[in-house]
Amino acid sequence: MEQLSGGDMIVRALEDEGVEYIFGYPGGAALHIYDSIFKANSVPHILVRHEQAATHAADGYARATGKAGVVLVTSGPGATNAITGIATAYMDSIPMVVISGQVQSHLIGEDAFQETDMVGISRPIVKHSFLVQRTEDIPSIIKKAFYIATTGRPGPVVVDVPKDLTHPEHKFNYEYPESVSMRSYQPSTKGHSGQVRKAARLLLNAKRPVIYAGGGVIQGEGSELLTRLARKLNYPVTNTLMGLGVYPATDRQFLGMLGMHGFYEANMAMHHSDVILAVGARFDDRVTNTVSKFCPGAKIIHIDVDPASIAKIVPVDVPIVGPVTTVLKDLDAQIDQQQSSSERTLPDAGAIADWWSQIDNWRAAHGLWHGRRYGDSDFIMPQDAITALYEATDGEAYVTSDVGQHQMFAAQYYKFDHPRRWINSGGLGTMGFGLPAAMGIKLAMPDAEVACVTGEGSIQMNIQELSTCAQYDVSVKIVNLRNNYLGMVKQWQDMQYDSRYSESHYASSLPDFVKLAEAYGHVGMEIKDKADLEPAMREAFAMKDKLVFLDIFVEPHEHVYPMQVAPNGAMKDMWLSKTERT
Amino acid sequence: MRRILSVLMENEPGALSRVVGLFSQRGYNIESLNVAPTTDNTLSRLTLTTTGDDLKIEQITKHLNKIVDVVKVVDLTEGAHVERDMLLVKVRAEGAQRDEVKRTTDIFRGQIIDVGPATYIVQLTGPIDKLDSFLSALGEAEILEVVRSGVAGMARGEKVLTI
Ligand SMILES: Cc1ncc(C[n+]2csc(CCOP(=O)(O)OP(=O)(O)O)c2C)c(N)n1
Ligand SMILES: [Mg+2]
Repeated sequence: MEQLSGGDMIVRALEDEGVEYIFGYPGGAALHIYDSIFKANSVPHILVRHEQAATHAADGYARATGKAGVVLVTSGPGATNAITGIATAYMDSIPMVVISGQVQSHLIGEDAFQETDMVGISRPIVKHSFLVQRTEDIPSIIKKAFYIATTGRPGPVVVDVPKDLTHPEHKFNYEYPESVSMRSYQPSTKGHSGQVRKAARLLLNAKRPVIYAGGGVIQGEGSELLTRLARKLNYPVTNTLMGLGVYPATDRQFLGMLGMHGFYEANMAMHHSDVILAVGARFDDRVTNTVSKFCPGAKIIHIDVDPASIAKIVPVDVPIVGPVTTVLKDLDAQIDQQQSSSERTLPDAGAIADWWSQIDNWRAAHGLWHGRRYGDSDFIMPQDAITALYEATDGEAYVTSDVGQHQMFAAQYYKFDHPRRWINSGGLGTMGFGLPAAMGIKLAMPDAEVACVTGEGSIQMNIQELSTCAQYDVSVKIVNLRNNYLGMVKQWQDMQYDSRYSESHYASSLPDFVKLAEAYGHVGMEIKDKADLEPAMREAFAMKDKLVFLDIFVEPHEHVYPMQVAPNGAMKDMWLSKTERT
Repeated sequence: MRRILSVLMENEPGALSRVVGLFSQRGYNIESLNVAPTTDNTLSRLTLTTTGDDLKIEQITKHLNKIVDVVKVVDLTEGAHVERDMLLVKVRAEGAQRDEVKRTTDIFRGQIIDVGPATYIVQLTGPIDKLDSFLSALGEAEILEVVRSGVAGMARGEKVLTI
């Protein structure tokens, strides 16, 4: 059998796992591993400029491809810098394997140079973690790490490797395991058939149904099945912020996003529904608004691969634990069977038609895509900037975002017709996510259009990655909706603090982003004039092999609407503009 | 309501901290905790007492099951079970108290396992309430130190918690 050092084993295991990229940053405790990377010259390594960016890049890669993202960092500050990105991936259930160097085994616990208890510090934000104790265990631990990260409800896994175990002269047998079985980890493979039957009955007898689909449907590759089911039943569908793209946005049955900045018709339909089919969604507080007022007349069917997500926030009538694909297939079959064995036609076509006309009334009244729902100003309106992006990319781009108003405008106005195209930090809400995530996606899919919608606040949280983009020719397009404020903070200050803008602006300290982009060897474009918006957007995307930074000056005082009324509001309670509420 | 959860988990470093971490992270409380290896030395068994309504216990159980190191979780309080806690108590045993403590210990079927010139260590095993009443029955005697093992428990009859 082949004899390898621990460092070589790590690289070989990644190769055997089919890893396409390692995103990382070297340092003392990881140097043996880095030497193995150099010598093996097999899996390409992307040198970021900050470990947080390595985790976001691996995360973006994972969200767009469905494969686990891989990160390599050194101990101490390398490990702690990775924490925000690990937490970001954890909150959105993204498969990721993070390998961190650790000080030598005999120094652990002695406050050695660059020692941090990585397993301890990451414990609440990982799906699982390993502290390697013997070099011989490396292949099986890496195999397990990928298995755990990618199966069941996915999530990040940390593998902490003391430096001495990667020493080039200490060689051991290497064999990468073909498969894994763990008695303590057996994700569910099938939903309970009795529950599926109940769910079908409830769904078919609904008069005011809504399908509420979340990020779990994307992770579980269930978008097609869900779309087919919804079309067959002619039921309305709303997607969460994480689920945009599950159901095609341009389809008639799509109600738009729901929740805090969700569409009027989506929130109204949820509130007035009698049956909710929740799939791969977790009733986040950004969706439900006040839980005690959540959808008072609705019976709830909840499909999720994670039993702990079910009935965590709201009581559920029909819980189904299982992978979304198998459960949706079973549900589909049950529906067929109950439809053909029933004497009446199911669902009740009259009731569903009435429900649709109610929904169409809501749409006509305040639907975001059914009329212009925002004002105008001398500035470019941020919503128009997103529409221009949508048109310049034919709705086919991978769009990452940072966190703030620009994120919500992108979610509202870019119509995502496919899963895995809308990439944002929904759970943790991490500013600084957008650019490195876009980098990871563009590397995975060099021919795809990748845009990062950001704000002048967020982009500065990982702006150093412009250098990484230069090194690896990562030609993403950065769409900076520059409103000169931490806009989302300012919006809350306008609404709840009498417009006292405590620390939500930068005086006149913002850099010249055009020059900044140019300094890194990229293209910068300043867009102030409305007439320039569309041509500039097209021009930028025509520069296929250039990173273009579009600095778009938008209306500084615009708010994101709808916005659910809080505290104590129900889903149906929304502000629709600065002056109008439901 | 008080619940006793029995957990079988991999005897791996870090496994215990994941269980304990879950409780602090999610705001659940632990009243007592007992953990030791089993006859199968790859497994540890942990008994944990906590309080909460059905909904909360269901969540705790689900989250415990999600921990990769956890193999099985049972709520012993759902069925007939036995539970035992062990108490060691060091008491001042001088003069009249020396006999008094001995008598109380006998009544509770405890044992004096260390005899010092002026102190005893008494060992007592039983359900929590028995240990509590023993402590109050010691009455006048001066209690110097108390340590309890935390509840260990098992389902009655044929039911077994193994893998
Ligand atoms: C790392 C981090 N720090 C703070 C916040 C809180 N926060 C949410 S939105 C926001 C403002 C973002 O400003 P900008 O990027 O300019 O976007 P805008 O809202 O103006 O579109 C802040 C500070 C956060 N989400 N992430
Ligand atoms: Mg801003």
